[in-house]
Amino acid sequence: MIAFQNVSFSYEKERPVLQNLSFSIGDGEAVGLIGANGAGKSTVMKVLLGLLPCEGKVLVDGIEVGHGTLYEIRRKLGFVLQNSDHQMFMPTVYEDMIFGPLNYGASRAEAEAHADAALAQLGIPALKHRHNHKLSGGEKRMAAIATILAMQPEAILMDEPTAALDPYNRRLVINIIRSLNQTKLITSHDLDMIRDTCSRVILLSGGTIAADGDAETILRDRALLEANRMELPLSLQ
Amino acid sequence: MDALAAGSSPVHALCPLAKLFATIIYIVVVVSFGKYDLAGLVPMVLWPVLLFEISGIPVRTCFHKLRFVLPLVLAVGLFNPLFDRAPYLALGGITISGGAVSMVTLMSKGTFCLMASFLLMATTRIDALCAALRRLHVPGIFLTLLLLTYRYVGVMTEEVAIMTDAYKLRAPGQKGVHYTAWGSFLGQLLLRSMDRAEELYAAMRLRGFHDHFHYAEAAPCTAKDAVYLVICIAAFLLLRFVNVAALLGSLLVR
Ligand SMILES: Nc1ncnc2c1ncn2[C@@H]1O[C@H](COP(=O)(O)OP(=O)(O)O)[C@@H](O)[C@H]1O
Ligand SMILES: [Mg+2]
Repeated sequence: MIAFQNVSFSYEKERPVLQNLSFSIGDGEAVGLIGANGAGKSTVMKVLLGLLPCEGKVLVDGIEVGHGTLYEIRRKLGFVLQNSDHQMFMPTVYEDMIFGPLNYGASRAEAEAHADAALAQLGIPALKHRHNHKLSGGEKRMAAIATILAMQPEAILMDEPTAALDPYNRRLVINIIRSLNQTKLITSHDLDMIRDTCSRVILLSGGTIAADGDAETILRDRALLEANRMELPLSLQ
Repeated sequence: MDALAAGSSPVHALCPLAKLFATIIYIVVVVSFGKYDLAGLVPMVLWPVLLFEISGIPVRTCFHKLRFVLPLVLAVGLFNPLFDRAPYLALGGITISGGAVSMVTLMSKGTFCLMASFLLMATTRIDALCAALRRLHVPGIFLTLLLLTYRYVGVMTEEVAIMTDAYKLRAPGQKGVHYTAWGSFLGQLLLRSMDRAEELYAAMRLRGFHDHFHYAEAAPCTAKDAVYLVICIAAFLLLRFVNVAALLGSLLVR
Protein backbone atom coordinates (compact mmCIF):
# COMPACT_ATOMS: atom_id res chain seq x y z
CA MET A 1 0.00 0.00 0.00
CA ILE A 2 2.72 2.48 1.03
CA ALA A 3 6.41 2.27 0.13
CA PHE A 4 9.36 4.58 0.80
CA GLN A 5 12.45 3.90 -1.32
CA ASN A 6 15.65 5.71 -0.29
CA VAL A 7 13.82 8.85 0.69
CA SER A 8 15.80 11.86 1.92
CA PHE A 9 14.55 15.30 2.81
CA SER A 10 15.81 18.49 4.43
CA TYR A 11 14.11 21.79 5.19
CA GLU A 12 17.42 23.61 5.17
CA LYS A 13 20.54 22.43 3.35
CA GLU A 14 23.23 21.05 5.64
CA ARG A 15 20.62 19.74 8.09
CA PRO A 16 18.99 16.56 6.75
CA VAL A 17 15.73 15.63 8.48
CA LEU A 18 15.09 12.31 6.72
CA GLN A 19 18.05 10.28 5.53
CA ASN A 20 17.74 7.47 3.06
CA LEU A 21 14.52 6.08 4.51
CA SER A 22 13.16 2.80 3.16
CA PHE A 23 10.18 0.82 4.40
CA SER A 24 6.89 -0.49 3.12
CA ILE A 25 3.48 -0.99 4.67
CA GLY A 26 1.08 -3.66 3.44
CA ASP A 27 -2.69 -3.46 2.98
CA GLY A 28 -4.55 -3.45 6.28
CA GLU A 29 -1.44 -3.15 8.42
CA ALA A 30 -1.50 -0.94 11.52
CA VAL A 31 1.88 0.70 11.95
CA GLY A 32 3.05 3.00 14.70
CA LEU A 33 5.71 5.53 13.79
CA ILE A 34 7.44 6.46 17.03
CA GLY A 35 10.32 8.68 17.98
CA ALA A 36 11.26 11.61 20.19
CA ASN A 37 10.22 15.19 19.44
CA GLY A 38 11.93 16.34 16.28
CA ALA A 39 12.73 12.81 15.08
CA GLY A 40 10.98 13.54 11.79
CA LYS A 41 7.63 11.74 12.25
CA SER A 42 5.46 14.59 10.97
CA THR A 43 7.89 15.12 8.11
CA VAL A 44 7.42 11.50 7.00
CA MET A 45 3.67 12.10 6.85
CA LYS A 46 4.04 15.31 4.85
CA VAL A 47 6.41 13.68 2.38
CA LEU A 48 4.01 10.78 1.96
CA LEU A 49 1.15 13.18 1.21
CA GLY A 50 3.20 15.11 -1.30
CA LEU A 51 3.22 18.27 0.80
CA LEU A 52 7.02 18.31 0.80
CA PRO A 53 9.20 17.45 -2.21
CA CYS A 54 11.80 14.79 -1.45
CA GLU A 55 14.63 12.84 -2.98
CA GLY A 56 13.93 9.17 -3.63
CA LYS A 57 10.63 7.48 -4.38
CA VAL A 58 7.38 7.34 -2.43
CA LEU A 59 4.73 4.95 -3.75
CA VAL A 60 1.09 4.63 -2.79
CA ASP A 61 -0.65 1.60 -4.27
CA GLY A 62 2.14 1.47 -6.83
CA ILE A 63 1.56 5.09 -7.88
CA GLU A 64 4.52 7.39 -7.41
CA VAL A 65 3.80 10.51 -5.38
CA GLY A 66 4.47 13.45 -7.68
CA HIS A 67 2.89 16.46 -9.28
CA GLY A 68 0.43 14.72 -11.54
CA THR A 69 -0.72 12.10 -9.04
CA LEU A 70 -1.49 14.14 -5.93
CA TYR A 71 -5.25 14.31 -6.47
CA GLU A 72 -5.45 10.53 -6.82
CA ILE A 73 -3.07 9.80 -3.94
CA ARG A 74 -4.80 12.11 -1.52
CA ARG A 75 -8.09 10.43 -2.20
CA LYS A 76 -6.56 7.17 -0.96
CA LEU A 77 -4.91 8.70 2.11
CA GLY A 78 -6.91 10.36 4.85
CA PHE A 79 -4.72 12.53 7.05
CA VAL A 80 -5.78 13.62 10.52
CA LEU A 81 -3.64 16.63 11.42
CA GLN A 82 -2.04 16.97 14.82
CA ASN A 83 -3.90 20.22 15.43
CA SER A 84 -7.61 19.90 14.72
CA ASP A 85 -7.94 23.70 14.66
CA HIS A 86 -5.83 23.70 11.54
CA GLN A 87 -7.81 20.92 9.97
CA MET A 88 -11.32 22.29 10.22
CA PHE A 89 -11.99 25.46 8.29
CA MET A 90 -15.69 25.44 7.51
CA PRO A 91 -18.16 26.98 9.96
CA THR A 92 -19.86 23.74 11.03
CA VAL A 93 -18.81 20.13 11.45
CA TYR A 94 -21.21 19.00 8.75
CA GLU A 95 -19.93 21.46 6.16
CA ASP A 96 -16.40 20.41 6.93
CA MET A 97 -17.38 16.78 6.47
CA ILE A 98 -18.91 17.20 3.03
CA PHE A 99 -16.04 19.40 1.81
CA GLY A 100 -13.80 16.47 0.88
CA PRO A 101 -16.42 14.25 -0.80
CA LEU A 102 -17.71 17.20 -2.84
CA ASN A 103 -14.22 17.93 -4.10
CA TYR A 104 -14.01 14.31 -5.18
CA GLY A 105 -17.14 14.59 -7.25
CA ALA A 106 -19.80 13.22 -4.88
CA SER A 107 -23.24 14.78 -5.09
CA ARG A 108 -24.54 16.68 -2.09
CA ALA A 109 -26.81 13.77 -1.15
CA GLU A 110 -23.98 11.23 -1.40
CA ALA A 111 -21.69 13.49 0.60
CA GLU A 112 -24.31 13.87 3.31
CA ALA A 113 -24.79 10.09 3.41
CA HIS A 114 -21.02 9.61 3.86
CA ALA A 115 -21.01 12.26 6.58
CA ASP A 116 -23.92 10.68 8.42
CA ALA A 117 -22.31 7.25 8.22
CA ALA A 118 -19.04 8.56 9.64
CA LEU A 119 -20.83 10.40 12.46
CA ALA A 120 -22.76 7.26 13.31
CA GLN A 121 -19.62 5.13 13.23
CA LEU A 122 -17.97 7.44 15.75
CA GLY A 123 -21.12 7.80 17.82
CA ILE A 124 -21.22 11.59 17.47
CA PRO A 125 -24.32 12.41 15.40
CA ALA A 126 -25.04 15.17 17.92
CA LEU A 127 -22.02 17.13 16.69
CA LYS A 128 -23.30 17.35 13.12
CA HIS A 129 -24.57 20.92 13.16
CA ARG A 130 -22.30 22.30 15.84
CA HIS A 131 -19.95 25.17 15.12
CA ASN A 132 -16.31 24.13 14.84
CA HIS A 133 -14.93 26.90 16.98
CA LYS A 134 -17.29 26.10 19.81
CA LEU A 135 -16.26 22.46 20.24
CA SER A 136 -14.15 21.20 23.14
CA GLY A 137 -10.72 19.70 22.45
CA GLY A 138 -12.03 16.13 22.54
CA GLU A 139 -15.04 16.90 20.38
CA LYS A 140 -12.80 18.68 17.87
CA ARG A 141 -10.55 15.65 17.55
CA MET A 142 -13.54 13.36 17.03
CA ALA A 143 -14.99 15.72 14.45
CA ALA A 144 -11.63 15.92 12.66
CA ILE A 145 -11.49 12.13 12.46
CA ALA A 146 -15.06 12.13 11.17
CA THR A 147 -14.22 14.56 8.35
CA ILE A 148 -11.51 12.16 7.22
CA LEU A 149 -13.67 9.04 7.48
CA ALA A 150 -16.35 10.77 5.39
CA MET A 151 -13.87 10.73 2.51
CA GLN A 152 -13.73 6.93 2.70
CA PRO A 153 -9.96 6.72 2.41
CA GLU A 154 -8.12 3.42 1.90
CA ALA A 155 -5.50 4.32 4.47
CA ILE A 156 -5.65 6.59 7.48
CA LEU A 157 -2.71 8.64 8.68
CA MET A 158 -2.83 10.24 12.09
CA ASP A 159 -0.28 12.63 13.56
CA GLU A 160 -0.25 12.38 17.35
CA PRO A 161 -3.97 11.60 17.61
CA THR A 162 -3.99 11.50 21.40
CA ALA A 163 -1.89 14.61 22.03
CA ALA A 164 -3.62 17.05 24.40
CA LEU A 165 -6.60 14.79 25.13
CA ASP A 166 -7.87 13.93 28.60
CA PRO A 167 -7.84 10.23 29.62
CA TYR A 168 -11.48 9.71 28.70
CA ASN A 169 -11.17 11.17 25.21
CA ARG A 170 -7.83 9.47 24.73
CA ARG A 171 -9.47 6.12 25.41
CA LEU A 172 -12.30 7.02 23.05
CA VAL A 173 -9.87 7.80 20.24
CA ILE A 174 -7.92 4.61 20.89
CA ASN A 175 -11.09 2.56 20.61
CA ILE A 176 -11.98 4.30 17.38
CA ILE A 177 -8.56 3.65 15.89
CA ARG A 178 -8.85 -0.02 16.85
CA SER A 179 -12.25 -0.26 15.18
CA LEU A 180 -11.03 1.08 11.82
CA ASN A 181 -10.31 -1.55 9.20
CA GLN A 182 -8.23 0.61 6.88
CA THR A 183 -4.45 0.57 6.64
CA LYS A 184 -3.19 2.77 9.47
CA LEU A 185 -0.04 4.79 10.01
CA ILE A 186 0.02 6.54 13.36
CA THR A 187 2.74 8.77 14.76
CA SER A 188 3.08 9.32 18.45
CA HIS A 189 5.31 9.26 21.48
CA ASP A 190 2.33 7.96 23.47
CA LEU A 191 3.70 4.42 23.43
CA ASP A 192 0.80 3.00 25.41
CA MET A 193 -1.58 4.15 22.71
CA ILE A 194 0.69 2.68 20.02
CA ARG A 195 0.79 -0.60 21.93
CA ASP A 196 -3.03 -0.63 22.03
CA THR A 197 -3.51 0.15 18.36
CA CYS A 198 -0.59 -1.11 16.29
CA SER A 199 0.93 -4.50 15.60
CA ARG A 200 4.07 -3.12 14.01
CA VAL A 201 6.33 -0.26 15.05
CA ILE A 202 8.88 1.81 13.16
CA LEU A 203 11.25 3.68 15.45
CA LEU A 204 12.60 6.87 13.93
CA SER A 205 15.68 8.55 15.30
CA GLY A 206 17.48 11.50 13.75
CA GLY A 207 15.80 10.88 10.43
CA THR A 208 16.80 7.23 10.11
CA ILE A 209 15.06 4.00 11.08
CA ALA A 210 16.47 2.74 14.35
CA ALA A 211 14.16 -0.26 14.50
CA ASP A 212 11.28 -1.75 12.52
CA GLY A 213 9.33 -4.80 13.60
CA ASP A 214 6.82 -6.40 15.91
CA ALA A 215 5.29 -3.85 18.28
CA GLU A 216 5.54 -5.98 21.43
CA THR A 217 9.23 -6.72 20.84
CA ILE A 218 10.25 -3.13 20.26
CA LEU A 219 8.06 -1.62 22.96
CA ARG A 220 9.53 -4.02 25.55
CA ASP A 221 13.12 -3.16 24.61
CA ARG A 222 14.03 -0.74 27.38
CA ALA A 223 17.61 -0.17 26.21
CA LEU A 224 16.54 0.59 22.64
CA LEU A 225 13.82 3.02 23.73
CA GLU A 226 16.01 4.84 26.22
CA ALA A 227 18.82 5.18 23.68
CA ASN A 228 16.26 7.02 21.54
CA ARG A 229 14.94 9.38 24.23
CA MET A 230 11.81 7.39 25.10
CA GLU A 231 10.57 5.28 27.99
CA LEU A 232 8.88 1.91 28.29
CA PRO A 233 5.08 2.16 27.96
CA LEU A 234 3.49 2.59 31.40
CA SER A 235 1.62 -0.67 30.91
CA LEU A 236 4.96 -2.50 30.74
CA GLN A 237 6.76 -0.78 33.59
CA MET B 1 -19.43 35.92 12.66
CA ASP B 2 -20.39 32.60 11.12
CA ALA B 3 -22.45 31.91 14.20
CA LEU B 4 -24.32 35.21 13.87
CA ALA B 5 -24.89 34.58 10.18
CA ALA B 6 -26.40 31.19 10.92
CA GLY B 7 -29.23 32.81 12.88
CA SER B 8 -32.82 32.79 11.75
CA SER B 9 -34.80 35.98 11.34
CA PRO B 10 -36.70 37.62 8.50
CA VAL B 11 -33.47 39.44 7.59
CA HIS B 12 -31.43 36.23 7.56
CA ALA B 13 -34.03 34.62 5.34
CA LEU B 14 -33.75 37.22 2.59
CA CYS B 15 -31.88 36.20 -0.51
CA PRO B 16 -28.19 37.17 -0.30
CA LEU B 17 -28.22 39.08 -3.57
CA ALA B 18 -31.05 41.37 -2.47
CA LYS B 19 -29.17 42.12 0.73
CA LEU B 20 -25.91 42.67 -1.11
CA PHE B 21 -27.46 45.14 -3.55
CA ALA B 22 -29.38 46.95 -0.83
CA THR B 23 -26.13 47.34 1.10
CA ILE B 24 -24.17 48.59 -1.90
CA ILE B 25 -26.87 51.10 -2.81
CA TYR B 26 -27.08 52.22 0.80
CA ILE B 27 -23.35 52.87 0.90
CA VAL B 28 -23.42 54.75 -2.40
CA VAL B 29 -26.29 56.92 -1.20
CA VAL B 30 -24.62 57.62 2.15
CA VAL B 31 -21.37 58.58 0.50
CA SER B 32 -23.15 60.86 -1.96
CA PHE B 33 -24.38 63.28 0.72
CA GLY B 34 -22.65 66.67 0.61
CA LYS B 35 -19.96 67.24 3.19
CA TYR B 36 -22.01 69.82 5.13
CA ASP B 37 -25.30 67.97 4.79
CA LEU B 38 -25.27 66.48 8.26
CA ALA B 39 -28.98 67.07 8.78
CA GLY B 40 -29.82 65.12 5.64
CA LEU B 41 -27.40 62.32 6.47
CA VAL B 42 -28.45 61.56 10.02
CA PRO B 43 -31.85 59.99 9.17
CA MET B 44 -29.99 57.41 7.07
CA VAL B 45 -28.98 55.69 10.29
CA LEU B 46 -32.57 54.50 10.61
CA TRP B 47 -32.12 51.76 8.01
CA PRO B 48 -29.31 49.79 9.68
CA VAL B 49 -30.77 50.36 13.13
CA LEU B 50 -34.16 49.09 12.01
CA LEU B 51 -32.63 45.99 10.42
CA PHE B 52 -30.46 45.27 13.44
CA GLU B 53 -33.67 45.40 15.45
CA ILE B 54 -35.50 43.00 13.14
CA SER B 55 -32.60 40.57 12.82
CA GLY B 56 -32.27 40.32 16.59
CA ILE B 57 -28.59 41.32 16.56
CA PRO B 58 -27.91 44.05 19.12
CA VAL B 59 -26.29 47.16 17.65
CA ARG B 60 -23.93 46.88 20.61
CA THR B 61 -22.49 43.66 19.12
CA CYS B 62 -21.66 45.52 15.95
CA PHE B 63 -19.70 48.23 17.74
CA HIS B 64 -18.03 45.70 19.98
CA LYS B 65 -16.83 43.60 17.05
CA LEU B 66 -15.74 46.64 15.10
CA ARG B 67 -13.97 48.34 18.00
CA PHE B 68 -10.58 48.01 16.30
CA VAL B 69 -11.73 49.34 12.93
CA LEU B 70 -13.94 52.16 14.10
CA PRO B 71 -11.14 54.44 15.39
CA LEU B 72 -9.49 54.29 11.96
CA VAL B 73 -12.69 55.39 10.28
CA LEU B 74 -13.18 58.15 12.81
CA ALA B 75 -9.58 59.32 12.43
CA VAL B 76 -10.21 60.11 8.77
CA GLY B 77 -12.29 63.18 9.57
CA LEU B 78 -10.13 64.40 12.42
CA PHE B 79 -8.15 67.02 10.53
CA ASN B 80 -11.05 68.72 8.83
CA PRO B 81 -11.57 71.34 11.56
CA LEU B 82 -7.93 72.44 11.13
CA PHE B 83 -8.18 73.00 7.41
CA ASP B 84 -11.67 74.38 7.10
CA ARG B 85 -12.16 77.19 9.60
CA ALA B 86 -14.71 79.25 7.75
CA PRO B 87 -17.70 79.85 9.99
CA TYR B 88 -20.59 77.69 8.89
CA LEU B 89 -23.38 78.57 11.23
CA ALA B 90 -23.80 80.36 14.50
CA LEU B 91 -25.81 78.85 17.31
CA GLY B 92 -26.62 81.36 20.01
CA GLY B 93 -23.27 83.09 20.03
CA ILE B 94 -21.14 79.96 19.34
CA THR B 95 -19.79 79.86 15.82
CA ILE B 96 -19.40 76.41 14.32
CA SER B 97 -16.83 76.15 11.57
CA GLY B 98 -17.43 74.29 8.32
CA GLY B 99 -14.61 71.94 9.28
CA ALA B 100 -16.39 70.79 12.43
CA VAL B 101 -19.55 70.02 10.51
CA SER B 102 -17.74 68.16 7.75
CA MET B 103 -15.77 66.21 10.35
CA VAL B 104 -18.92 64.95 11.98
CA THR B 105 -20.47 64.24 8.58
CA LEU B 106 -17.48 62.24 7.45
CA MET B 107 -17.35 60.26 10.69
CA SER B 108 -21.06 59.51 10.46
CA LYS B 109 -20.71 58.36 6.87
CA GLY B 110 -17.91 55.99 7.86
CA THR B 111 -19.82 54.64 10.82
CA PHE B 112 -23.05 54.14 8.85
CA CYS B 113 -21.23 52.28 6.09
CA LEU B 114 -19.51 50.06 8.63
CA MET B 115 -22.83 49.31 10.29
CA ALA B 116 -24.40 48.39 6.97
CA SER B 117 -21.49 46.15 5.97
CA PHE B 118 -21.48 44.47 9.34
CA LEU B 119 -25.21 43.89 9.07
CA LEU B 120 -24.73 42.18 5.72
CA MET B 121 -21.98 39.92 7.03
CA ALA B 122 -23.86 39.14 10.23
CA THR B 123 -27.06 38.11 8.49
CA THR B 124 -25.66 36.39 5.41
CA ARG B 125 -23.55 33.28 5.28
CA ILE B 126 -20.41 33.91 3.30
CA ASP B 127 -20.82 30.83 1.14
CA ALA B 128 -24.44 31.70 0.40
CA LEU B 129 -23.20 35.07 -0.77
CA CYS B 130 -20.52 33.44 -2.90
CA ALA B 131 -23.05 31.04 -4.38
CA ALA B 132 -25.30 33.97 -5.26
CA LEU B 133 -22.44 35.85 -6.89
CA ARG B 134 -21.51 32.70 -8.76
CA ARG B 135 -24.97 32.70 -10.30
CA LEU B 136 -24.27 36.23 -11.53
CA HIS B 137 -21.24 34.74 -13.32
CA VAL B 138 -18.68 36.45 -11.13
CA PRO B 139 -15.46 34.52 -11.88
CA GLY B 140 -14.84 31.67 -9.45
CA ILE B 141 -11.30 32.77 -8.69
CA PHE B 142 -12.56 36.04 -7.16
CA LEU B 143 -15.02 34.19 -4.99
CA THR B 144 -12.36 31.75 -3.83
CA LEU B 145 -10.16 34.71 -2.96
CA LEU B 146 -13.04 36.34 -1.12
CA LEU B 147 -13.80 33.20 0.82
CA LEU B 148 -10.18 32.45 1.69
CA THR B 149 -9.61 36.05 2.79
CA TYR B 150 -12.66 35.79 4.98
CA ARG B 151 -11.40 32.59 6.58
CA TYR B 152 -7.88 33.93 7.00
CA VAL B 153 -9.12 37.09 8.67
CA GLY B 154 -10.77 34.75 11.16
CA VAL B 155 -7.49 32.93 11.69
CA MET B 156 -5.69 36.23 12.24
CA THR B 157 -8.16 37.58 14.76
CA GLU B 158 -7.95 34.30 16.65
CA GLU B 159 -4.15 34.58 16.79
CA VAL B 160 -4.44 38.19 17.96
CA ALA B 161 -6.72 37.07 20.77
CA ILE B 162 -4.38 34.25 21.81
CA MET B 163 -1.33 36.51 21.74
CA THR B 164 -2.90 39.43 23.60
CA ASP B 165 -4.09 37.02 26.29
CA ALA B 166 -0.62 35.53 26.59
CA TYR B 167 0.84 39.05 26.73
CA LYS B 168 -1.60 40.31 29.35
CA LEU B 169 -0.94 37.38 31.64
CA ARG B 170 2.70 38.33 31.87
CA ALA B 171 2.20 42.11 31.83
CA PRO B 172 -0.24 42.78 34.64
CA GLY B 173 -1.57 46.29 34.98
CA GLN B 174 -0.74 47.32 31.42
CA LYS B 175 -3.41 48.69 29.17
CA GLY B 176 -3.04 47.06 25.78
CA VAL B 177 0.29 46.07 24.31
CA HIS B 178 3.12 48.47 25.14
CA TYR B 179 4.44 50.23 22.03
CA THR B 180 7.96 48.85 22.54
CA ALA B 181 6.52 45.39 21.88
CA TRP B 182 4.49 46.30 18.80
CA GLY B 183 7.23 45.37 16.34
CA SER B 184 7.80 41.86 17.58
CA PHE B 185 4.10 41.41 18.26
CA LEU B 186 3.18 42.24 14.67
CA GLY B 187 6.03 40.15 13.27
CA GLN B 188 5.02 37.14 15.35
CA LEU B 189 1.40 37.63 14.43
CA LEU B 190 2.23 37.59 10.73
CA LEU B 191 4.47 34.54 11.01
CA ARG B 192 1.99 32.64 13.11
CA SER B 193 -1.00 33.42 10.96
CA MET B 194 0.98 32.57 7.85
CA ASP B 195 1.97 29.22 9.34
CA ARG B 196 -1.58 28.51 10.29
CA ALA B 197 -2.95 29.68 7.00
CA GLU B 198 -0.45 27.49 5.18
CA GLU B 199 -1.38 24.44 7.19
CA LEU B 200 -5.06 25.19 6.71
CA TYR B 201 -4.56 25.46 2.99
CA ALA B 202 -2.64 22.17 3.02
CA ALA B 203 -5.53 20.58 4.89
CA MET B 204 -7.86 21.79 2.14
CA ARG B 205 -5.68 20.47 -0.64
CA LEU B 206 -5.38 17.12 1.13
CA ARG B 207 -9.11 16.82 0.80
CA GLY B 208 -9.06 17.40 -2.91
CA PHE B 209 -9.52 21.18 -3.01
CA HIS B 210 -8.53 22.51 -6.44
CA ASP B 211 -9.54 26.05 -7.11
CA HIS B 212 -13.21 26.35 -6.50
CA PHE B 213 -15.60 25.67 -3.68
CA HIS B 214 -18.77 23.67 -3.94
CA TYR B 215 -21.24 26.14 -2.57
CA ALA B 216 -24.52 25.10 -1.08
CA GLU B 217 -27.42 25.96 -3.32
CA ALA B 218 -28.72 29.23 -1.96
CA ALA B 219 -32.46 29.75 -1.92
CA PRO B 220 -33.36 31.53 -5.16
CA CYS B 221 -34.56 35.11 -5.02
CA THR B 222 -38.33 35.43 -4.77
CA ALA B 223 -40.89 38.18 -5.08
CA LYS B 224 -40.42 38.90 -1.40
CA ASP B 225 -36.76 39.71 -1.97
CA ALA B 226 -37.59 41.96 -4.89
CA VAL B 227 -40.12 43.83 -2.75
CA TYR B 228 -37.52 44.25 -0.03
CA LEU B 229 -35.02 45.67 -2.50
CA VAL B 230 -37.55 48.07 -4.03
CA ILE B 231 -38.63 49.32 -0.62
CA CYS B 232 -35.02 49.84 0.41
CA ILE B 233 -34.17 51.78 -2.73
CA ALA B 234 -37.32 53.89 -2.42
CA ALA B 235 -36.50 54.68 1.20
CA PHE B 236 -32.90 55.59 0.41
CA LEU B 237 -33.93 57.89 -2.43
CA LEU B 238 -36.57 59.49 -0.26
CA LEU B 239 -34.03 60.13 2.48
CA ARG B 240 -31.53 61.39 -0.05
CA PHE B 241 -33.61 63.82 -2.04
CA VAL B 242 -36.32 64.89 0.37
CA ASN B 243 -35.21 66.81 3.39
CA VAL B 244 -36.92 64.61 5.93
CA ALA B 245 -35.79 66.58 8.94
CA ALA B 246 -37.22 69.79 7.50
CA LEU B 247 -40.38 68.00 6.43
CA LEU B 248 -41.00 66.58 9.89
CA GLY B 249 -40.19 69.95 11.40
CA SER B 250 -42.67 71.80 9.21
CA LEU B 251 -45.36 69.18 9.92
CA LEU B 252 -44.87 69.63 13.65
CA VAL B 253 -44.87 73.40 13.45
CA ARG B 254 -48.07 73.41 11.51
N1 LIG C 1 9.08 24.15 8.59
C1 LIG C 1 10.27 23.74 9.05
N2 LIG C 1 11.41 24.40 8.73
C2 LIG C 1 12.61 23.98 9.20
N3 LIG C 1 12.78 22.91 9.98
C3 LIG C 1 11.69 22.22 10.34
C4 LIG C 1 10.39 22.58 9.90
N4 LIG C 1 9.50 21.71 10.41
C5 LIG C 1 10.23 20.83 11.13
N5 LIG C 1 11.54 21.12 11.10
C6 LIG C 1 12.63 20.36 11.74
O1 LIG C 1 12.59 19.04 11.25
C7 LIG C 1 12.83 18.11 12.28
C8 LIG C 1 11.72 17.06 12.32
O2 LIG C 1 10.48 17.69 12.59
P1 LIG C 1 9.13 16.88 12.73
O3 LIG C 1 8.98 16.00 11.57
O4 LIG C 1 8.05 17.87 12.96
O5 LIG C 1 9.38 16.03 14.05
P2 LIG C 1 8.34 15.18 14.91
O6 LIG C 1 7.02 15.23 14.27
O7 LIG C 1 8.94 13.81 14.95
O8 LIG C 1 8.35 15.78 16.28
C9 LIG C 1 12.95 18.91 13.55
O9 LIG C 1 14.33 18.97 13.89
C10 LIG C 1 12.42 20.26 13.23
O10 LIG C 1 13.15 21.24 13.91
MG1 LIG D 1 5.19 16.00 14.88
